Amino acid sequence: MKIVSASDSSILVEFGDRIDPEIQSDILGLFHMLRGLNDPRIRNLHPGYVSLLIDFDPLALSHKDATALIESLASSRPAAASDYSTIATIPVCYDAEFGPDLDDVSAHTGFSAEEVVRLHSSATYRVCFLGFTAGFAYLGGMPEALRTPRLATPRRAVAAGSVGIAGAQTGIYPTETPGGWRLIGRTPLRMFDPDAQPPTRVEAGDAVRFAQIDRAEFDRLLQAGK
Amino acid sequence: MTIRVIKPGLFTCVQDRGRFGHAHFGISPCGAADVISLRIANLLIGNDEYAPALEMTLLGATLAFESRATIAITGANCECKVGPNRIALNTSVEVTAGSVLQCGGTTEDARCYLAVQGGVEVPAVMGSASTDIRGRFGGHQGRRLQAGDVLPIGHNYQARYRRVRAGALDEMRGRGAIRVTGGAQRHWFSDDSYANFLGNSYTVSEQSDRAGLRLKGDAVATRESKQLLTDGIPLGAIQVPQDGQPIILFVDQQTTGGYPKIANVIAADMHRIGQLRPREEVRFAEVSIPEAIEALRAQERWLTAIWEG
Repeated sequence: MKIVSASDSSILVEFGDRIDPEIQSDILGLFHMLRGLNDPRIRNLHPGYVSLLIDFDPLALSHKDATALIESLASSRPAAASDYSTIATIPVCYDAEFGPDLDDVSAHTGFSAEEVVRLHSSATYRVCFLGFTAGFAYLGGMPEALRTPRLATPRRAVAAGSVGIAGAQTGIYPTETPGGWRLIGRTPLRMFDPDAQPPTRVEAGDAVRFAQIDRAEFDRLLQAGK
Repeated sequence: MTIRVIKPGLFTCVQDRGRFGHAHFGISPCGAADVISLRIANLLIGNDEYAPALEMTLLGATLAFESRATIAITGANCECKVGPNRIALNTSVEVTAGSVLQCGGTTEDARCYLAVQGGVEVPAVMGSASTDIRGRFGGHQGRRLQAGDVLPIGHNYQARYRRVRAGALDEMRGRGAIRVTGGAQRHWFSDDSYANFLGNSYTVSEQSDRAGLRLKGDAVATRESKQLLTDGIPLGAIQVPQDGQPIILFVDQQTTGGYPKIANVIAADMHRIGQLRPREEVRFAEVSIPEAIEALRAQERWLTAIWEG
């Protein structure tokens, strides 16, 4: 563990330099302990693949005291539990209407569209962290065989709920944004709801599975507005 | 008591101090781009210093007041009129029922703040009234204002008026270099490259917004060829993408990113970032973290010393 100043109001705790479930577990362990403190001097916590950024009020908490706090928490931390806290099943309709790039993924990987869907919906993914934009989950654990480069030119608008592949990553667009991921399906679930508590359907540390649904089920769940 | 938007201006939105404690959901802080001007506007008219107000960028809004109201406009210099009469900035102003306030273009700096006694009343989302433009929530319907929008005025204030000492605000907006501390990936850049970054001047690109200010100038070379694994981004981080053109990540920033961060704007100069205009030149100067924190303390002392009486 290495602690560096990232700004006058934040420190970055670095746990390693490769994506690794054990490192992830250490990051989330410290994250949960810091959250549990409910310390008003700490403003924001940003977990990443190999680090945790801690943003604080520098007039209330000095860098020296913040560093001491993190060191004491890190040394007191009990061994991490290896099980996922929650397994979220995300229904996805992989119909061509929602997966306009499924054929591209198929052509790139050499699998049929059905095999791509089967592989994508049979893996268990790990939410490494949420970031970039509200409710966007960085998922680890996509089958290597599905790796496909992102689009050369991003789309101007990708619908909320779209499920895509970019390189070795897969993810769900929580809100409509521009985006360059290869779209293979769509979930009818709201991944981000600012009025809900918590506002996101999944959180860092959760496990995620995708379950294939047909168009009728998609419409039914969309209507139910969950 | 309401404000009706006749013309929204170029980009007008409701902002307060910002939304904290939700970065791990991917939620940006948002909040006023120049939080010092927001605080002054609110303090002039007895509001909580972080009460929700309207942030107007480059070209102000035209607004109708349904009933009598007390307002204050701070930040960028701009011509504001009630009917045919020009009104003063940086002071409390009474507007009568039925008045139309017309805010013009900012002549220097980028943003002005219109606070109204009692505060602009919008529902708090996750503890803040700030508009999250990218996330489409908070503020007024999660978006910038449009003609026809009606904003209720709250009732939460103390009938306490203040005046700013003559000349006190001239001390606020230094025109010198923006002060920075070394970023989390400072060591990804050679000393020469870092020295060039500090020695160069950059132009703020027109493709800049509250999420990020794109700078144009001599490319900054990274030493490392490896890719950064996506990590958290502090407010005011200056990241350097592959093309070497730095980007200052600002209040509506993405919460995580994958480009190395060479430097970080100090907290005491963050309000100056919110006042940079497109095509404006910027330079950076390095300070130590203790110096940065002392500058922030000095700014807080200054903010208590600008008032008359």
